[in-house]
Parts: sequence; structure tokens; C-alpha cells
Amino acid sequence: MAQFRLPANSRISRGKHHPAPEGAKNTRRFAVYRYSPEAGENPRVDTYEVDLDSCGPMVLDALIKIKNDIDSTLTFRRSCREGICGSCAMNIDGTNTLACTQAIEDVKGEVKVYPLPHMPVIKDLVPDLTNFYAQYASIKPWLQAKTPPPPDGERLQSREDQAKINEPSACILCACCSTACPSYWWNGDRYLGPAVLLAAYRWLVDSRDEAAGERLDQLEDPFRLYRCHTIMNCTRTCPKGLNPAKAIGEIKKMMAERRH
Amino acid sequence: MSLRSPLGRVLGLGSAKDGFSHWWGQRVSAVALVVLGSWFAISLALLPALDYATVKAWVAVPFNTVALLLLVPTAAFHARLGVQVVIEDYIAAGWLKVLSLVVIAFVFVAAAVAGMFAVLRISFGVAP
Repeated sequence: MAQFRLPANSRISRGKHHPAPEGAKNTRRFAVYRYSPEAGENPRVDTYEVDLDSCGPMVLDALIKIKNDIDSTLTFRRSCREGICGSCAMNIDGTNTLACTQAIEDVKGEVKVYPLPHMPVIKDLVPDLTNFYAQYASIKPWLQAKTPPPPDGERLQSREDQAKINEPSACILCACCSTACPSYWWNGDRYLGPAVLLAAYRWLVDSRDEAAGERLDQLEDPFRLYRCHTIMNCTRTCPKGLNPAKAIGEIKKMMAERRH
Repeated sequence: MSLRSPLGRVLGLGSAKDGFSHWWGQRVSAVALVVLGSWFAISLALLPALDYATVKAWVAVPFNTVALLLLVPTAAFHARLGVQVVIEDYIAAGWLKVLSLVVIAFVFVAAAVAGMFAVLRISFGVAP
């Protein structure tokens, strides 16, 4: 059966409190999920009072400040700090988003920071995305064409055809959408999830690709594609403003189109 | 414990190359139910009374009999597809899932047959 409660060793307890430094006037409380595989303990939520007067504006700035100044054991992924690498995807204030583009002032009250939902946790805010990346590899996210490219240049594409892949190719694979999807929570081992289906769509509508038939064959499956029940969490949570739900709908339309 | 690669696990037994017929059937039956269901609800609401004799006479009208004989199996078919999705969503792979799918297939076919039999019984004037 689908698991609705966390397993006993994943239930969260209250952790340590780190008070604000003396003299800090403008503080904000951060409640951060902590889990260490070596400790042999259940996960806990530590609270940190962060002085916003000496901190950047984004949630990622606060996490870096916590790691630098308060608690160096805090673990999280980050790289570009400008919303293009997808590394710092996490659940902030109940919504999956990028810590680097989520302003602290847009969160009311305590800032709750958890790892992406329903993923195995490696440590603290770092989820295990092995399955997610393997699913991405499984859709063969590269150009497949039998026609050789012109000997004197690259494969050409009209502006209208490029416009079709502009949005889907802007996906940064942060996994916010897939880990926000209940269908992916219950059947993530077999359902490909919105991010990977958006990537599949990106190649299905690429005018230079010649493998649409094989791609659709691989997707036509009660679990791989049709677990999507148009819940729309993916589109609502996407930090890049993309629309994976629409892409999945378009794939379903292609399935219908080739039958009629 | 298995040392199979993550990609190997994802590829698994491959695509079922199916799923469209379920998706399409659910949508087409939904469209049919919009028509048949609305007709059913409006017709019942317009009846002067809802006592046994009045409804029995209404069912026996040939047009109503035919429409009910369309409505009952369509509703059962649509409900079966819907319940199948719920089972596939919430019961992970294993004998329990397969058993549940077989049971609901039997239940909804039985429901459709029983419903159609009841309509025919009234229509042919056999019902008491």
C-alpha cells in the first residue's frame, strides 16, 4: 500500500535551538530539517534565530549564514545562487522551490526549510535523486535523427519550431515539480514524473528529432505516463514558471493523434 | 539488496505499450455520461411523483428503457476504470493489486448486468 505516515525511523522530533546573537534587532527564526545517517537518531528540526541585518535577502543566504556563523554541520546543495543550476531545490514554507530565488521577506513568520518531499534523505537538506536522474536518462534526452546533418553546417530550425522548445528546454531539472506530485510520491519507481515527461516533450516537439514514434512507444504505459492525473502541483510549484502539466497533456494528445 | 543499476531499475520490464485505451475509454464514457446522466436526473426531477408505480411506468416507456440500458453499463464501465486507477495508485505491485483489479472487474460487470436485468424486467412488465 502507499505509505501515508512516515516510517518510525523518519518521524521528526524537536531539535536544538540556536538563539540570536546579542544586540541583533532584526531577527527571523528558521526551522530547518536535520538528519545525519551516522547519528543513528530520528530526524529533528533545529531552530536558528538569524540576524537579517547581516544577511542577504534570500533563504539560501540565510542557510549559508547559518552554516558559516552558527552551525557548520548543516548540509545542503547549492551552486549558482541565481536560479539556473537547480541545486538548492528544497521545501520552503510548505512549497518546493529554489532557496536562492525565494526571498526571506516573502515568507510570513517562521521560515520552515525541509528537503524535497518523499525522497530518501542523504543528509539534512540533501535528497537522493539517483532514481530521478536515471528516469531522465531513460527517455534518451538527446537528439535522435537518421538524416545526417548538412555537411556544411548545423541542422536548421525555423523560428516557429524553436519557439516550441523554448519553454520546455528552460527546465533546470531541480526536481521541485516531480517531488511535489502525489502520483510521483506513491509510484515514483514507475511513474516518470512531471520533470522527466517535460523533458520527453521537449524532444517530441523538436523539429530536428526523428524519433517521436519510438519516444511515444516508450512512454505509452499505464505507469510511465498515465499516472498523471492532472493534479497540477507541478505547474504551481515550478520555480522557473514552466508548465509540465500542459506538456504531459500534449503528450497524451499525441498518443491520441497517432491512433485516429 | 540488488546491484542492478539505477537505469536498469527504471527501464524495468519496459513499456506496456498500452494505457491509451484506458485513458480514451474514461474520457469517451465521461462524455456519454454527461448526456445520459443529465437526461436521467432531469427526467426524474420532472416526474410528477417518485412513487413506485410512477417510476415503473416511466422506465417502461421504450425510449427510457433504451436510454437506461445505455446509462447503466456506461456508468459501470466508467466507474470500473476510475476504481482501477485508485487501486493502481495506492496499492503497490503485488498479488493484492492484481486480485483487487480482478475483483472490481467482476463487481462492476455484475452490477451492470443486474441493473440492465432490472430495467428489462420492468420494461417487459414482469416486475410486480
